[in-house]
Amino acid sequence: MSASSPVSLTRRSGAPASFTPTHLHPEVLDRARKLIALYPEPRSALIPLCHLAQGQDGWLTPEAMIDIAGLVGVTPSEVLGTASFYDMFHLEPVGKYVVSLCTNIACLLRGALELLEHAEDSLGVKSGGTTEDQLITLEEAECLAGCDRAPCVQVNSRYVEATTPETFDHLVADLRAGRRSAEIPAHGTLIRVQRTVGLAADRDEIARQRAAMAEAEARRAATDGTAS
Amino acid sequence: MTTMAVPRIVSARVHHDDSHTLDRYLATRGYEGLKKALAMTPEAVAREVDEANLLGRGGAGFPAGRKWSMMRKNPTTYLVINGDESEPATFKDHLLVENDPHQIIEGAVIAAYALQVSQIFIYLRGEFALGLERLQSALNEAYAYGAVGHDIFSSGFSIDVVVHPGAGAYVCGEETALLESLEGKRGFPRIKPPNFPAAVGIYGEPTIVNNVETLSNVPWIILNGGAAFAALGEGSSTGTRLFALAGRVRNPGVYELEMVKNTFSDLINDPALGGGLFPGRELKAFIPGGVSAPWFFPEHLDLPLGQEQVDAAGSMLGSGSVVVMDDQTCVVRASWRITRFFHRESCGQCTPCREGSGWLEKILERIEIGQGRREDLDLLLDACDNISPGLTWPPQQTTICVLGPSIPSSITSAISRFRDDFLAHITLGRCPHV
Ligand SMILES: Cc1cc2nc3c(=O)[nH]c(=O)nc-3n(C[C@H](O)[C@H](O)[C@H](O)COP(=O)(O)O)c2cc1C
Ligand code: SF4
Ligand code: FES
Repeated sequence: MSASSPVSLTRRSGAPASFTPTHLHPEVLDRARKLIALYPEPRSALIPLCHLAQGQDGWLTPEAMIDIAGLVGVTPSEVLGTASFYDMFHLEPVGKYVVSLCTNIACLLRGALELLEHAEDSLGVKSGGTTEDQLITLEEAECLAGCDRAPCVQVNSRYVEATTPETFDHLVADLRAGRRSAEIPAHGTLIRVQRTVGLAADRDEIARQRAAMAEAEARRAATDGTAS
Repeated sequence: MTTMAVPRIVSARVHHDDSHTLDRYLATRGYEGLKKALAMTPEAVAREVDEANLLGRGGAGFPAGRKWSMMRKNPTTYLVINGDESEPATFKDHLLVENDPHQIIEGAVIAAYALQVSQIFIYLRGEFALGLERLQSALNEAYAYGAVGHDIFSSGFSIDVVVHPGAGAYVCGEETALLESLEGKRGFPRIKPPNFPAAVGIYGEPTIVNNVETLSNVPWIILNGGAAFAALGEGSSTGTRLFALAGRVRNPGVYELEMVKNTFSDLINDPALGGGLFPGRELKAFIPGGVSAPWFFPEHLDLPLGQEQVDAAGSMLGSGSVVVMDDQTCVVRASWRITRFFHRESCGQCTPCREGSGWLEKILERIEIGQGRREDLDLLLDACDNISPGLTWPPQQTTICVLGPSIPSSITSAISRFRDDFLAHITLGRCPHV
């Protein structure tokens, strides 16, 4: 890739002026730019931006990764290289609802493998698969930090009550009938609450305050020294 | 038994339905600790925390005050709060994030003042959708209230807080992996030295990383004094701790207990706490501090819940999670599942961890499904020894982070105590217990 390519490798400066995103919707772009502004280095926003993109498309598309790369100032392959490390990013289409069933130790001890078997049978898919109607993807998960409700189940990262075959079937019926859509947004939408203010403490102002404090501390230390 | 009043520090308000809101927080002495701190000098605030001997609640148990004093002096420094909580069977930070987000923010801002850092990041695991929304809402409220942002409570002190979602990777709980992740990269732990965060942290600047529960104690410590905190507990285990109890027990849940004053038996059996095992069942083993910790057995039930006591008995309190296994538990399956977890979550940088975990998982699976061989037990121990030479506790480190050397814990515990269970799998071709 040449230095004049629209996607730059620079770390600190973020998106070069020439970069024009083509895939992310205007309101998503707006949120993305606000997120980038929160960090000292744009690349720090890479994972939050992948979540935003997954919220728009339901999975993390190559087109979105090209936009994210341009926005934070890395190559698309660096976005892919990072995103592929994390379980929550789906690099291929998934159902509207990703049902994650934990089978780790606390859940294992409370019948998680049996519940997984039931889930696979009743949905007609193996773990990792998506139902024919493209509605539900079933995933076997590692510990979801909800071990007191074992076996712990999440739908799109929201905890749900589904510890027995009956309650699991009930959950699936609810999802199919659209009865849980207010509580559980479509896959990918993670944080619906937006930040209301950007950075309120100006970085130069912080630097001035910290310098003044350091000076005051040195003065106090000197006085302590003469006092003792 | 725990008939004494349970002192509540970090979980004092979680039982209210609206405990996550600013209104409830202010009605229960919320942000008073911060106001008090801002009227003190930063050094005086740090001294209180030092005097409290607040041990880190994230796993390693390092005193927060000492860590703070080790931060390299630099014009730009950072504070990062570790809310990745992915150690299997650990779910205590989950309670605090969803039910007392303001307390985390207040603790973080007080720490930021003591440390005079430039910015705060709160890293939560991505699977905490509700927690992320609650924390962001609380942060919006805190900005509007003037507890975060520019010129906090007209003190002249300013700081910004950013809530940052992870995306599903256990290893990102390891502090240097967390910083890599926060820089927008794969969660690869960094080599220490030189990358001790207090010296070289995020963006190469000095960074203090503290656990969610650790910092949630700070408002109380400032309001009541470090000495009052140190008066709870015993020896170096001061204050209270959240214990996450799970597995084959009647009332799994998160319980806040004064350090050292209760035993594992109290936690598991007290009717107000774990409520004991299921009728007719007997205790087989329990894990005292997350799946990285060596297992305990019935003879350890009377050990006090204190850091030194558990260390001396050859394990660790670690992340504060206790997993109960009863006489119907298949320990081969349990250690196989734990090992499979480590194999899946190994970041892959170090050969002993990446390859060793895979081999161990395969051998355990073969025993579990009835295709094991007698030699497999020695093979397992030999592979464990390659990951952590000598199989000591604490383990020898052959790898970049301690995820690798934690892998043998469950296997060596299970084999040394329940060798017959393994042999029965091998000779019968199935589990004798389930
Ligand atoms: C593999 C691994 C996973 C860890 N996961 C967490 C975690 O989820 N939360 C946490 O606070 N600490 C975790 N730690 C410990 C951190 O590295 C670090 O010690 C801790 O965040 C420091 O905070 P504290 O001193 O307040 O405990 C983990 C360590 C390792 C090696
Ligand atoms: S010990 Fe394992 S998880 Fe830790 S750095 Fe090495 S390979 Fe990665
Ligand atoms: S072990 Fe299943 S949620 Fe923790």
